[in-house]
Amino acid sequence: MKRAVALIAVAIAVAIGATIVAGRDDPGSGTVADRARDIAAGLRCPVCLNLSVADSPSRLAGEMRAAIASRVRSGETDEEIRAYFVDRYGEWILLEPTRRGLNLLPWALPVVALVAGLAVWLALVRRRPPRDDMAVSQSERRRIEHELRGLEEST
Amino acid sequence: MNARRWRVVVIAAVPVLALVLLLASGIGNDPRDVPSELVARRAPSFSLPSLTGDETISSADLRGQAVVLNFWASWCVPCREEHGALDAAWDRYRERGVVVLGVNVEDARPDALEYVEEFGGSWPLATDPGSLTSIAFGRFGVPETFVIAPDGTIVAKMVGAVTYEWLVDEIEGALRSEATS
Repeated sequence: MKRAVALIAVAIAVAIGATIVAGRDDPGSGTVADRARDIAAGLRCPVCLNLSVADSPSRLAGEMRAAIASRVRSGETDEEIRAYFVDRYGEWILLEPTRRGLNLLPWALPVVALVAGLAVWLALVRRRPPRDDMAVSQSERRRIEHELRGLEEST
Repeated sequence: MNARRWRVVVIAAVPVLALVLLLASGIGNDPRDVPSELVARRAPSFSLPSLTGDETISSADLRGQAVVLNFWASWCVPCREEHGALDAAWDRYRERGVVVLGVNVEDARPDALEYVEEFGGSWPLATDPGSLTSIAFGRFGVPETFVIAPDGTIVAKMVGAVTYEWLVDEIEGALRSEATS
């Protein structure tokens, strides 16, 4: 039981840690092409639904990729470039919502559900009455004593 | 089922139901129905080569005038549908200082010139090299039309073909906003 609780606690810690690591801002290192591709991969193509600017074959997406590369070359940080596109298109343009306010729900809900599930499971386990199916009834006890006596007499 | 079990079922059902309702609330949403970030904000400045390539049209030149900025392309069917409405609005309001500016995007220049010859229209036409002005205006597709008040504020945006009635309403609103400011 204690081992199971410890394992679940480790799983929660790993989940939280992974969320924090995944949420860290891109430091903005790498070549111009790498940075431009990373930024484009996080932006939704305005013309074709559910494709990133990096993956879209549309002309507007291609020109957005060129605009991103130009901004990278001019010295803007990754965050500044993303902020420019959000300013023009709204948060809609981001394939992954920013981690603040209600947007935190997709990250928080699994952890909350895990913790709540663990709490409910612990509460149910604690409330469960001790198992008494190992107890011996009076009639069984009498029968056992009777058989033991029979054994002793036969030897 | 005893009372305790019912309580457990209810406690488990509430968050599940809340999650289902939260997800269900978005099912009917049209993913293309995106509110514009730029309405009620200052229009981005621009400097665009004309379609014929012999001059430059810039936002600075249009300061103090209401502008109907229309992004279009020769291959775009709704652009053909709205052409008559733009023509009629241009005829009605040009004397009052309203400018219709057509910005040709994602197109080949010969195709665009052929389109103009076929459909007519004497309002200024420009191109958007690199789609930089399109991106600055947060353009999704074509046609897309912005109505800009004389003080430079975007007062309306239409994704898809405009109608004459819509143009009249929004241009009148833009001109009124100048009168009250």
